[in-house]
Amino acid sequence: MLEYIIFAVIKIALLLFILLTAVAYIVLMERKVIARMQNRWGPTRVGPFGLLQPLADGVKFILKEDVIPDSVYKPLYIAAPMIALILSLISISIIPFGGAWTIDKYHIPLQTTAFWNGSGIQDINIGLLIILGITSLGVYGVALSGWSSNSKYSLLGSLRASAQLISYELALGLSLVGVLLLAGSLSLRQIVDSQAGSLLNWYFFGGLQFIAFFIYITAAYAETNRIPFDLPEAETELVAGYHTEYSAMKFAMFFMAEYCNMVTVACLSTLLFFGGWHSPLEGLHLPVPGIWLMISPLFWFFIKVFFFIFVYIWVRGTLPRFRYDQLMAFGWKFLLPLAIANIVVTSLVLALRS
Amino acid sequence: MLHTILFLIFGGICMAGALNFLLQRHPVNSALSLIVVMGALALLFLLLGAEFVAAVQVIVYAGAVMVLFVFVIMLLNAGEEEHTMGNRVALFLGVPGLIVFFGLMCWTLGRSQLGQVQIGGYYVPTQELGIALFREFLLPFEITSVLVLIAIMGAVVLARKERQ
Repeated sequence: MLEYIIFAVIKIALLLFILLTAVAYIVLMERKVIARMQNRWGPTRVGPFGLLQPLADGVKFILKEDVIPDSVYKPLYIAAPMIALILSLISISIIPFGGAWTIDKYHIPLQTTAFWNGSGIQDINIGLLIILGITSLGVYGVALSGWSSNSKYSLLGSLRASAQLISYELALGLSLVGVLLLAGSLSLRQIVDSQAGSLLNWYFFGGLQFIAFFIYITAAYAETNRIPFDLPEAETELVAGYHTEYSAMKFAMFFMAEYCNMVTVACLSTLLFFGGWHSPLEGLHLPVPGIWLMISPLFWFFIKVFFFIFVYIWVRGTLPRFRYDQLMAFGWKFLLPLAIANIVVTSLVLALRS
Repeated sequence: MLHTILFLIFGGICMAGALNFLLQRHPVNSALSLIVVMGALALLFLLLGAEFVAAVQVIVYAGAVMVLFVFVIMLLNAGEEEHTMGNRVALFLGVPGLIVFFGLMCWTLGRSQLGQVQIGGYYVPTQELGIALFREFLLPFEITSVLVLIAIMGAVVLARKERQ
């Protein structure tokens, strides 16, 4: 019992450290990549190639004056960024990163919310639903921050955000049903294990869920308020949307929450559509067997996650912002029917095959 | 033992949220305490082992229905409400009604044989729930969904303004 608790605490600490560092460097990567796409250099001054820029940003956020405007409704104004950050951190704790590491006599699953039950790994068997539930609560951070700021730009931003998040949640949830039908389980670990083998077993290729994947990724971009769906914080219309009145660390919390959510979305698309930690070719081993077998799942997982985060940035560098009515029409009239059609076709094929 | 402690904690949170819901003056605060009630209810479901119901409780009620509540409150910019001393009807009918209700509840609970329950005592895997809903109870399930559809259509009809 004691070792479970120790391992859990170590895992939580490691995950937090890695995630927050990754978030800081994703911000740097985004600035660099966008800059290169626009023929600029991006940050270069702090450290070699600007690599220490996240550190400088962090120090700046901490040292800045934390302004609380007079007319805000204080309890919710202070709670809102915390809600946003905490929920995004909780949702990543459900994500499995690989199988189990065997160190000495201990088996340690690479997942915060899983343990070794003697013969196998036990994780939450409704993991996917819990992630969906927590992300659906994330809208409160945005909605309450906009309302409690007592400013019309913030309020408009948060109204847009809540309408957008509710609308795209439907398409997001329905797009995952195809994968669930194929896997027959809601446990993320079982979904990944049912895609074991080669590239052809991944649901994107083998399960023919590419339409579902594009619906998922589109809806997820809307859920994380990223370009081309970043209307809640459209700077040309709304100053900065729901976080207009926030400064210093409170603003940084919204920022971190957004990037944590990006990481969660990238992890989920890896797990559900691209075989999680399984390598694309059957039994692909490099000539360093021992340690490679331990690291290889993590390697493949992080390569895929990195790719999806790169796609996020790539899309931001490429696409313009939607107009609000276009956004709503796209979600309700195109993505939603398409997702339902995907469910019907997938279940028909499954029924015919069995 | 553990179940009792957890039940008391989550039940207490649930009751506190419900009381706060009534006592708060601002609609947004009331709506937020209702979310707390929903979350605590989901945890109580989870204690019984109804994992799917718990998740759906969070996704549907806390994540969608209450967002719409908060959305409407923000959109209408509803201000603080005034508390009055209440009217006579509430005083003369409500208080005795409450006492009778509590008395009846205590009487029934005292008479009935209360069983025991353990953590996850009513565990139902999601697969079995799905099979039960879509095989055995298909007709009631579909009729309920038609009912919901009718309610949505009714709301649209009521909300639509007549063209001049």
